[in-house]
Amino acid sequence: MSAFANVLIGGVFHAAVLFLVAAGLQLVFGVQKIVNLACGSFYALGAYFGVTCITYATQLGLPPWLIFPGLILAGLVLGFIGPPIERMLRSVYGRDESFQLLLTFALVLMFQDVFRFFWGANPRSLDNAYLVYGAINAGDFGVPVYNLMVIGAAIAIAVALGAFLQRTNFGRILRATAENRSMAEALGVDVRRVYSAVFTLGAALGTTAGALIVPTAAASLDMAIEFVVEAFAVVVIGGLGSMRGALVGALIVGLIRAYAIVLYPELEVLAIYFIVIAILLFRPAGLFGRSPV
Amino acid sequence: MKPHQAAAFAAAGTLGLLLLPLVAPPYYAALMVPFFAYAIALLGFNLLFGYTGLLSFGHAMFLAAGAYGAAVLAGVLGIRSFEAVLLPVVLATMVLAIPIGFVCVRNVGIFFGMLTLAFGMLFYSFLFKFYHVTGGDSGMRVPRMKLIGLELAQYNKIELLSGPFYYYCLALMVLAAALMWRIVHSPFGLHLQAIRDNARKAEYLGVHVHRFRLAAFVISAGFGAAGGVILGFRIGLADPELVYWTHSGQLVFMTVLGGFSNFFGPIVGALVFTLLQDQLQALTQYWRFILGAILALVVIGLPGGIAGVYLALIRPAARGET
Repeated sequence: MSAFANVLIGGVFHAAVLFLVAAGLQLVFGVQKIVNLACGSFYALGAYFGVTCITYATQLGLPPWLIFPGLILAGLVLGFIGPPIERMLRSVYGRDESFQLLLTFALVLMFQDVFRFFWGANPRSLDNAYLVYGAINAGDFGVPVYNLMVIGAAIAIAVALGAFLQRTNFGRILRATAENRSMAEALGVDVRRVYSAVFTLGAALGTTAGALIVPTAAASLDMAIEFVVEAFAVVVIGGLGSMRGALVGALIVGLIRAYAIVLYPELEVLAIYFIVIAILLFRPAGLFGRSPV
Repeated sequence: MKPHQAAAFAAAGTLGLLLLPLVAPPYYAALMVPFFAYAIALLGFNLLFGYTGLLSFGHAMFLAAGAYGAAVLAGVLGIRSFEAVLLPVVLATMVLAIPIGFVCVRNVGIFFGMLTLAFGMLFYSFLFKFYHVTGGDSGMRVPRMKLIGLELAQYNKIELLSGPFYYYCLALMVLAAALMWRIVHSPFGLHLQAIRDNARKAEYLGVHVHRFRLAAFVISAGFGAAGGVILGFRIGLADPELVYWTHSGQLVFMTVLGGFSNFFGPIVGALVFTLLQDQLQALTQYWRFILGAILALVVIGLPGGIAGVYLALIRPAARGET
C-alpha cells in the first residue's frame, strides 16, 4: 500500500511539472496557433538558471528555506526572454505550420549551444537542497516536503491561471483573440501586445517548471529535447489549446510513467506513445479539444 | 523547372560528382556518402512534404528501419551482399509503413506531424528499451558487405567509402532521382499535387485522397530505408539516435534549406547541409547555434530555400514556377 502511495506521489509530482510546461504550450497554441517545440528549451533554461541563481544566492547567505521562493522567482524573471522571441516568431504568423515548427526547431538548436556555452556539457545540479524542507515519513512511506510544495505550487498556478483567463478583463481579451483574431483586432484589441504577453506568460510557465525541478534532478543538455516529447504527449492527449486538457493529460502521462517504471520498466515511454496514438486515432482532437477541422 | 533544364542540371551535377574523387581528398569523397544517403531519403521525404503537403516529423524512423534492417540481415543473418540486403530491407520497410501510414494520413497539418513524431518516438523507445533484441543505446553492428558480388578486400574502410562505395552510392542516387522524377511527373504525382493544393476539390474530382496519401507515404518510406541502409553501412552501426525526433527535424531542415518546392531542392539541401555541418564542426563546438541561426534565417527570409534563390536570380520573370 505504501509503495503504491510513493509511486502515486512521484507520478503526481511529475505531472505537476509537466502541467506547467504543457500549460505554456497550450496558451501559446491557443492564442497564437503556434506549436512551440522550444518549450522544452525554456524548461531547461529555467533549470540551469535556477541552479546558478541558488548557488550564488546561497554563497551570499540565502537561508536554505528560501530556496523554494527563490526558484520560483528565478523562473518568473526568465519570462523576459519572451518578448524578443515572440518578435522573431511574428514573421511566421499565418504562414504554413511547417515553417512555424521549423522556426521553433531552430530555437531548440540555438538554445542547446547557449546552454553548452554558459553551463558546459556536464549536468548541473543543486546539492543538498532536496531535503531542506524535510520529509514526511510513515512506515516505509516517505515523501520529501519539497515535492509536495511543488505539487501545491502547480495547483496554485493552475487555479490562478484559470481565474486570470476566466475572470479578468485581460483574460477575456486573450480568449477573444484566440477565438477570432481579426474580430478582436477590429474591436480595438492590440493583438501584438496580447501575443507578446501570451508568449511571455507561456515562456515563464516553462522556465518556472524547469527551475522548480532542480532540487530533485540535475539540469542537463538532454532535458530540453526529451521533455518536448512528453509535453507534446500531454497536449495531444488533453487536446491542443485546452487548459483542462493540459491538466488531465499531465496527470495521465505522469501517473502512467510512474507506474510503468515500477511495473514494467521497458514500457515506461512506450505506454505513453501508445496512448497518444490511440487518442489521435479515436479522438483526434484530444480529450478536451475541439475538432481540428 | 522545364525538363531540358532539369536534365542539364542533373547531368552537370552527376558529372561533377563523378569527377570529385579524382580531385578532392578521400576525406571529402567519404563525406559524400552520407550526402548520397540523405539525398535518397529526402527525395522520398519531399514526395510527402513538397508534393503531397504532409510534413512528417518522424521520418527518421524509416532511415533507422533501413539501418537496423541492414544490421539484422547482414550482421545477424550473415547476408554479406549489399544488394541482397538493400532490396528486402526497402520492401520490409514499405510493408511496415503501410499500417503506420494508414493511421497517419487520416490527419493533416500539425496532427500529421505529431502522429508521425509519436510513431518515431515509439520506435525509438522500443529500440532503446529492448536492449536484448536491439542492443539498446549501443545499437547493432552493420558489417562490411560485398558490392555487386565483389569482396573488395584490398580496400580499407576509408578507401572503400571514397572509392567503390562512393560510385555505388552515386549510381543509387541517380537511379533514385530518375525514379522519383518519373513518379512526380506521372499522373500519380499530379494526383498528389492536386491533393496538396486542395484535398476536398481533388476528392470531388474522384481522387481517393487517403489511398494516394498512403501510397506517397509508403514510397517515401522505401526511399528513407534505402538511405538508412547506406548510412548504416557507412557508420558500421545502427543506433537509436538515428530515429530520435531531432534527426527527423534535421531531415526537414535539409529539405527546407534546399527548397521543397523544387525537385532538386532536397538534394541541394542535403549537400549544403552535409558540407556546412562538417565545416562548422571543425570550426567550433557551437555549430548547432550557427545551424539554428541559418535555419531561422531561411525560414524567415528565404522560404524558397537555395533553389528558390537560384531560380529567382537566373530568371526574375519566372519567379514562383516550380
